[in-house]
Amino acid sequence: MASVPAVLTSEWTKIRTVSSTVWTLISAFVVTVAMSAALCALMNAQFDDLPAVERATFDPTLISFSGMVLGQLAMVVFGVLVVGTEYSSGMIRTSLAAVPQRGSFLFSKVAVAGVLALVVGIATSFVSFFLGQSLLGDHHTDIGADNVLRAVVGGGIYMGLIGIFSMGVATMLRSSMLSLGILMPFFFLVSQILSAVPGAKKVARYFPDQAGSKIMQVVPDAMNSNPAPYGPWGGLGILIAWVAAALAGGYLVLKKRDA
Amino acid sequence: MIELDGLTKRFGSKVAVDRLSCRVSPGMVTGFLGPNGAGKSTTMRMMLDLDNPTSGSVRIDGKHYRDLEEPLKYIGALLDAKSMHGGRSAYNNLLCLAQSNRIPESRVAQVLDTVGLSAVARKKSKGFSLGMGQRLGIAAALLGDPQVLLFDEPVNGLDPEGIHWIRNLMKALAAEGRTIFVSSHLMSEMALTADHLIVIGQGRLLADTSMADFIHQNSRSYVRLRSPQQERLRDVLHEEGLIVVETGSGTLEIDGATTEALGELAARHQIVLHELSSQRASLEEAFMQMTADSVEYHAHSELGAAPPPVGPHWGDEWNRRTAAGTAGNGMPGVPGTSGTVKGA
Repeated sequence: MASVPAVLTSEWTKIRTVSSTVWTLISAFVVTVAMSAALCALMNAQFDDLPAVERATFDPTLISFSGMVLGQLAMVVFGVLVVGTEYSSGMIRTSLAAVPQRGSFLFSKVAVAGVLALVVGIATSFVSFFLGQSLLGDHHTDIGADNVLRAVVGGGIYMGLIGIFSMGVATMLRSSMLSLGILMPFFFLVSQILSAVPGAKKVARYFPDQAGSKIMQVVPDAMNSNPAPYGPWGGLGILIAWVAAALAGGYLVLKKRDA
Repeated sequence: MIELDGLTKRFGSKVAVDRLSCRVSPGMVTGFLGPNGAGKSTTMRMMLDLDNPTSGSVRIDGKHYRDLEEPLKYIGALLDAKSMHGGRSAYNNLLCLAQSNRIPESRVAQVLDTVGLSAVARKKSKGFSLGMGQRLGIAAALLGDPQVLLFDEPVNGLDPEGIHWIRNLMKALAAEGRTIFVSSHLMSEMALTADHLIVIGQGRLLADTSMADFIHQNSRSYVRLRSPQQERLRDVLHEEGLIVVETGSGTLEIDGATTEALGELAARHQIVLHELSSQRASLEEAFMQMTADSVEYHAHSELGAAPPPVGPHWGDEWNRRTAAGTAGNGMPGVPGTSGTVKGA
């Protein structure tokens, strides 16, 4: 067996020595924080124009994460590239020749990249929250208020998990282009659209992003969103189940298929 | 030492490698020869546990690849020039490989120096030429100072100086007692580097023989004579009981006689010679003859289809030996049919 700390060190070197890591993670941070801040400022300015039902369920915490809709796409790109470039560059054969235990290889890679995604995700959600609250004026909330800390930490975990989910999908599909071609439209369009279609809502609320993002809501059914049969932790649990399934699928593909 | 035992790989209904059994011994360069599509790369990928065999097994010093602890210290491989991340520098590409097998970082600079890439160590590898990529791949193979080295078509993309370098490198590594297994589709290249030869065609073993035996068995040697007094020369040769083959260009080819004997014979009869030279049919021709039936992708254009001309007797002789079974020593599985394409 290859030594696990050695493989972890190697995967860390791989991640820190390519530029795509830096720019995808910076994009995830900048896009989320900037778009959230802009929406918070907008909400503060137009609060009185909101429909009554949205004013009643106004969730200042959730609003300060609204940039994640776009920011998570950068996280998807990060997750896909971490795995996908092994295949597109042909490095995978060199990597597996060095570490033939495919489970050790995959899970070391996911552990290193996953921890990095979670750290960046949590930093993003905290900065996004505090900047957003400062722009919400009278409508802001406080980190000490009920459930707010859970939502802020949860938002960071959500972003990290979306990255890890993408790593699993890319391992199954063994291609960056194919993975991005499926995941980007899914998270940006399909999931958003289906969650607004009456018949499809019931299915769409079990999608990884729809379920997982529940953790960021402090007010129940915040901003007049779709009610769900699960709570914030239940939603995160559903996302974790998706992540586990993607990684299990990726592991099986990696183990069975020729490299 | 690498042992293949009944190694078989199917892709759907197509058999890429067919019950291949052989062993690759230390202390020498073993050439792995076959036409394009013969299954060489697939075999090498199975040796590294990258492809799963349909049946059969590969053992490296008695162990499965997957059971090797820190495999880069046992076996190094160059599969193809494009097996590194282009966005990473040459140094860092090697560094992450070294770290995964607990090879000291100082070794990275060492192997980069060995392959002559020190000057571009910090450059991204996507800017590398095919030859530089090949050198980087060789550096990766040498990283763990392994006892076993696999090279898949290592001379591809190298310039003449690079080819010369890799040949000497392989010989030097073998001289240190390492096992060197190198694939090629060029017999001429193998003739210069390999001590032992494993030939496959359509995934099947065609020959497993020492290079010296292969040359001895497959290259007809003869003497070429050219003379302004050709008629007399021929008569003299006939009197000596030598078989003379007349070729179109006014030269005579004689089997079974040395240049010394023929030169003295001509002198005794005062025949002027314009040429007296010892010739060998090329190994390339022997290889093509052997694999003629198993070539996967035949060219059908007029230009590409015609094989180079083969000496008049040559095919016959090879067939005769094959049919008589005398070629059986060290040449298992050579089907009698493979020789009957020409000549018969």
